[in-house]
Amino acid sequence: MHRPPAEGCALDDVILETQGLTKEFAGFTAVSGVDLKVRRGTIHALIGPNGAGKTTVFNLLTKFLEPTAGKIVYGGRDITALRAPEVARLGMVRSFQISAVFPHLSVRENVRIALQRPLGTSFQFWRSERCLDALNPRADALIAAVGLADDRQSTAAELPYGRKRALEIATTLALEPELLLLDEPMAGLGHEDIGRIAGLIREIARSRTVLMVEHNLSVVADLSDIITVLTRGRVLAEGSYAQVSGNAEVREAYMGTGAVAGHA
Amino acid sequence: MTGARDGFPARWRVGIAALLLAAALAAPFLFYPVFLMQALCFALFACAFNLLIGYVGLLSFGHAAFMGSAAYITAYTVKAWGFEPLTGILAGTAVAALLGAVFGWLAIRRQGIYFAMVTLALAQMIYFIAVEAKFTGGEDGIQAVPRGHLLGVVDLNHSLPMYYFVLAVFLGGYALVYRTIHSPFGQVLKAIRENEPRAISLGYRTERYKLLAFTLSATLAGLAGATKALVFQLASLTDVTWQMSGEVVLMTLLGGLGTEFGPVVGAFIDVTMENYLASWGSWVTVIQGVIFVFCVLLFRRGVVGEIVDLARRFAPGRTEAPPPATVAQTAPGE
Repeated sequence: MHRPPAEGCALDDVILETQGLTKEFAGFTAVSGVDLKVRRGTIHALIGPNGAGKTTVFNLLTKFLEPTAGKIVYGGRDITALRAPEVARLGMVRSFQISAVFPHLSVRENVRIALQRPLGTSFQFWRSERCLDALNPRADALIAAVGLADDRQSTAAELPYGRKRALEIATTLALEPELLLLDEPMAGLGHEDIGRIAGLIREIARSRTVLMVEHNLSVVADLSDIITVLTRGRVLAEGSYAQVSGNAEVREAYMGTGAVAGHA
Repeated sequence: MTGARDGFPARWRVGIAALLLAAALAAPFLFYPVFLMQALCFALFACAFNLLIGYVGLLSFGHAAFMGSAAYITAYTVKAWGFEPLTGILAGTAVAALLGAVFGWLAIRRQGIYFAMVTLALAQMIYFIAVEAKFTGGEDGIQAVPRGHLLGVVDLNHSLPMYYFVLAVFLGGYALVYRTIHSPFGQVLKAIRENEPRAISLGYRTERYKLLAFTLSATLAGLAGATKALVFQLASLTDVTWQMSGEVVLMTLLGGLGTEFGPVVGAFIDVTMENYLASWGSWVTVIQGVIFVFCVLLFRRGVVGEIVDLARRFAPGRTEAPPPATVAQTAPGE
């Protein structure tokens, strides 16, 4: 569990793999030759100092950005040429750094948005939205699972921040994703909420794979099976928390002395 | 940004709707029918426009193209080819729908001001065609369009049958807008308006939803223009100018952007001003401008938006335990 996957034998349980993933923005290379392997059933954390390219990697994986070079393989299938909605439909669903709820819809409606797509009625402008009421039991179950049962009638905008994040997770889970990409799930949360969301992530990971970007290192240490450290768009180190935190280069990058060590 | 129904308990809404319908049926006996018909056509036009800006968040600055081209097609088919009025209206509406699908396909890839500019540019092309093409009659437009007999039976040259026909068209269009807003499709539109990247990450191909919304909006704008051509027995360049595209923005803001009934109120206010201030000549524009600035500064939600907000504040028990039937649509105002 706490070792980087060995070549060859890990191939069959790798859910997501990138080969030489690269993104250049007009002369600036944000992500450079990243090889990443996410194994099924693990919580995999992507860490690194600000500007290391973590969120860019997320955007590339979910096709919110087009890679300049490299290949993305998800569940054995090359998804490099797919577009964002298709990637989501394959079961790789992302969250965002700032909470991504639909603020003027109720908590239940938020979750129903995710549940209604597979019904195939989403283009039917001539039908009453009451036909979506059939989704309420499932929506309520998901809402209860993240501890929002008492809030299901509230408007999402009225929820405290921590609860918005929980709602976001409920909405994501409504798609039954195999792989969740969580972009800084703890950003902006207080102590209590961090405990709650961490519990949720652990619960989710019992049946699914989680890849997350996170700055809170104690959360990362606590939750992750494997950690990949990025700096300046490259993979600096990979391994368990103990391995990574013992790595001299990683310490340098995190102490802010990285600029001295790496740059010309 | 919320529907008009949000602020009122269900029985109020039914009451208000019944009252408005009764007023609409009695109106031609109290007011000048042509004025009422003009207001209804613009109300439908504004509702169509509001579907796009209020529920998808797309500001089109070229909606006159759909209204105007439908007006020209209806006027031409009825006058030159002798189409029956309903068929003529359908022909005009169909052309607007087609145009909407093409313009939408070109425009929805852009966001915000760029979307507005693309729609404006495309609409200017339609204006150019209207000026240059033979069949549109250039500066004169197509005049003396016969109203004819509806389905060969009802004589629309009398103002009462014509008024009820226009009212029926308006109610049909309004019902379609209402249904669209409160449909599974409408839910997705709201999600896209609120957070498009999130909707994409949930697997929605958002551009297809936007295209359908754009096409629906253009179709209804066309229906309004086609009907208007029969009301005034005229299709002219006024209907395709960018000023017309701007006026519908004004109507919608005045009445309440993103409210269901706001555009209707806004259109009536605008048309009333134009008619009753007509004796002031070019001062109408100045007065309109002042009222517009006044509204934007004081009632940012528009007339209906403010009323809904007041109703929400004073309606007893709304904040405590709202009935489950309406709570699904509950959303705060801006």
